[in-house]
Amino acid sequence: MSVIYLLITISIVVAIAFLVAFIKAVKSGQYDDDYTPSVRMLFDDEIVKENPNKLIQTEKQKSI
Amino acid sequence: MDTENCFHCGNEIIKKDEILFDEKKFCCNGCKTVYEIFSQNDLTCYYDFQAAPGATPQDIQGKYDFLDNEEIVSKLLEFQERTTHIVSLYIPHIHCSSCIWILENLQRLQPGINASQVNFGEKKVRVTFNPEQTSLKDIVYLLSSIGYEPYISLENFDEGKKKIDRSLIYKIGVAFFCFGNIMLLSFPEYFEVEEYWIDQYRGFFRWLIFGLSLPTFIYSASGYYVSAWKSMKSGLLNIDIPIALGIVVMFVRSTVDIIFDYGQGFFDSMAGLIFFMLLGKLFQKKTYDFLSFERDYKSYFPIAITKILPNGEEESVQVYDIEKGDRLLIRNQELIPVDGILISEKASIDYSFVTGEAVPIEKKSGDKVFAGGKQMGKVIEMEVLFSVSNSYLTQLWSNDVFQKRVEQQHKNITDRISRYFTPALLALSVVSFIYWVFIDVQTAFNVFTAILIVACPCALALTAPFTLGNVLRILGNRKLYLKNALVVEQLAKVDTIVFDKTGTITTNKKTAITYEGTELNTSELKLLKNVLRGSNHPLSRRLYEFIPNQEKLETSSFEEIIGKGIFAEIDGNTIKLGSSQFLKTMTENTHKKTKVHVEVNGVYKGSYVFNNQYRKGLEQLFDDLAKHYNLVVLSGDNDGERSILEKMLPAKTTLVFNQKPEQKLQYIEQLQNEGKNVMMVGDGLNDAGALAQSNLGLSISENVNVFSPACDGILDASQFDKIAFYMRYSKNAMKTIYMSFGLSLLYNVVGLSYAITGKLDPIVAAIIMPLSTITIVSFVTIMTNWYASKK
Repeated sequence: MSVIYLLITISIVVAIAFLVAFIKAVKSGQYDDDYTPSVRMLFDDEIVKENPNKLIQTEKQKSI
Repeated sequence: MDTENCFHCGNEIIKKDEILFDEKKFCCNGCKTVYEIFSQNDLTCYYDFQAAPGATPQDIQGKYDFLDNEEIVSKLLEFQERTTHIVSLYIPHIHCSSCIWILENLQRLQPGINASQVNFGEKKVRVTFNPEQTSLKDIVYLLSSIGYEPYISLENFDEGKKKIDRSLIYKIGVAFFCFGNIMLLSFPEYFEVEEYWIDQYRGFFRWLIFGLSLPTFIYSASGYYVSAWKSMKSGLLNIDIPIALGIVVMFVRSTVDIIFDYGQGFFDSMAGLIFFMLLGKLFQKKTYDFLSFERDYKSYFPIAITKILPNGEEESVQVYDIEKGDRLLIRNQELIPVDGILISEKASIDYSFVTGEAVPIEKKSGDKVFAGGKQMGKVIEMEVLFSVSNSYLTQLWSNDVFQKRVEQQHKNITDRISRYFTPALLALSVVSFIYWVFIDVQTAFNVFTAILIVACPCALALTAPFTLGNVLRILGNRKLYLKNALVVEQLAKVDTIVFDKTGTITTNKKTAITYEGTELNTSELKLLKNVLRGSNHPLSRRLYEFIPNQEKLETSSFEEIIGKGIFAEIDGNTIKLGSSQFLKTMTENTHKKTKVHVEVNGVYKGSYVFNNQYRKGLEQLFDDLAKHYNLVVLSGDNDGERSILEKMLPAKTTLVFNQKPEQKLQYIEQLQNEGKNVMMVGDGLNDAGALAQSNLGLSISENVNVFSPACDGILDASQFDKIAFYMRYSKNAMKTIYMSFGLSLLYNVVGLSYAITGKLDPIVAAIIMPLSTITIVSFVTIMTNWYASKK
């Protein structure tokens, strides 16, 4: 039955690890700006490699 | 009609200025250049995220020369090492995803920039660069050349490391961690199953819970103890006293319970309570990062200025280093930082920032110029009379009256309620204790602590933060940005509204232009329009836009006499435009109106009058407000418009003219002495004192990103006619709070009925507390949104 001591200790340790990770994340400033990252992740690096003129063309046709 | 707009900035293209490049249409050369820069660097993705995201780059020649000065640069840098410099720049133009994209790809435009990161909320870009390859000045020039000119003011001076307070987030994190684990560990005991293993491990579980509750009790709840202690010392009974008391009693009683094995204690409820209350605090703390309500002159003033050395050389000096007798060079659009004497022949100075008056004032050589004016037009030279801290404007700011925020010994609604709640609660617990002592001493202690636990005004304390936090958000979406939640309460209490005139009830953007005199025929209008094309004077620009489109003609001679007018020859005709002194043919000494006189071929024709235009919906708004409020219009101008205003506004409105900034302040003070709750609605710095003195200062701004004086709230000028709605809404918000107080008291009564009879089980407490919290939060959210949808 003493396995319960072990399990609970492990669960608490895991929980503490998450708490520490959270505090570290806050400290590093990740929560200071909660808007920009949501936009940033949508930028696709690959678009840049293609011919930009073509892309613009299609964009323009769409808008007309 | 999409094709008629500029591909880069989206402005309408004037046909004759249209520039075709790469099959795209641009409104001006600046926009085309930005496009060229981007297309050469494979950055045209910029235009994919949002159509026409750009801004036309401004001419900044010489404006940032001060960035050559090492000392100034080092003040601006956030981090400084031999090969790495970090700087945060405020860029007002940041507004869409394209902006983020281009600004985070700066390294592709300029070698030496290692990384750049945008904070959209604060409209800031943080650039990391290598000073050996590039310089801050180059970066600023690069940003300006692509239409993202940073705003650098005296406020940035000594920026360096700003401390951000994140303790509330930490506290919430810790509280949530403890709350969750305690809840899980408490579960076996909730069901009261009599099983062997539960009995065996009970002690272990309980002491583990005790251990987990310590961080919440000591760290997360610390703010409440401090606040309760402070309020006790100052003799005010605020809501934090019963909260702190409840928490402490809960902890002590629970500890006693588990030591003597009476039961499991209330650790779960305690952790939950602290967590929810902290969440309420976070919710109330809605801030607008990109706005600042605490501005002083520093955010308007330039950080450095060009000084002319005795040998004629120019040098950038810090504004604080300017001394009496220095000669300064002020360029077009630059702000004059100190009082002085004009040396150049003429200057045209826009004091709109100080007075709210948009029309530039002409100064002659030898005239005094005051700090805060903006030079429009040519470069001027001036000699300094006073250093920055001794100039009129800065003196005004440092003036005690202007500084002193009315002692905000203002009690918020929750504290007012708790003034009755706390004593009643204590009385009730003592009475029950005395009653039970005669029956059973142990139950007496149980009852005493149970009352303090269950009555811990968690729902009560949550009501105001959640209601006001939500109201703040809703108002923010409707472009009224309030400083904090307290302001909503203030708004509901206002009974007198004082309006400034210029810039507040009038717009300075669009001025209605009327013509007086002999009617001009089409060919004369054509001449006039063509003459105006060459002039950059603000009045000329406005008049140019006012006159309908005409055929283009070449002027054969054109002379603009700054501060007077224009003399031009065109198609064999002579045109004279300008002030009455310039035309000399007439004697007029009324300066009550801004006029441009016209003379064609030596014959006086008439004048264009620039009237102040009142904001849309003004009459309706004043009619609405007059039913419930005392209204005052307080103007720094002469009473030229008294008769118009009297006709337009309700008869009860008080009109006061010729008020200096100090007098405005005194006027407000006098109203307050009469017991009025005054809201001041103003704009320019001339209202700054009045805004600070009033119970609630609301600043009207055409563009909320542009700076406004210190105030409690900033209202987007387009929403001016909605003021009546905001006032009504704030009152409804307070009504919601009262209703919700009733609800939470109901919960308290239910809990107390358990407590007084000595039957409060931990499980009852663990159910009632979150349940009341959820009820209150959903109730106030629904109510505030419903009131907002009502007109």
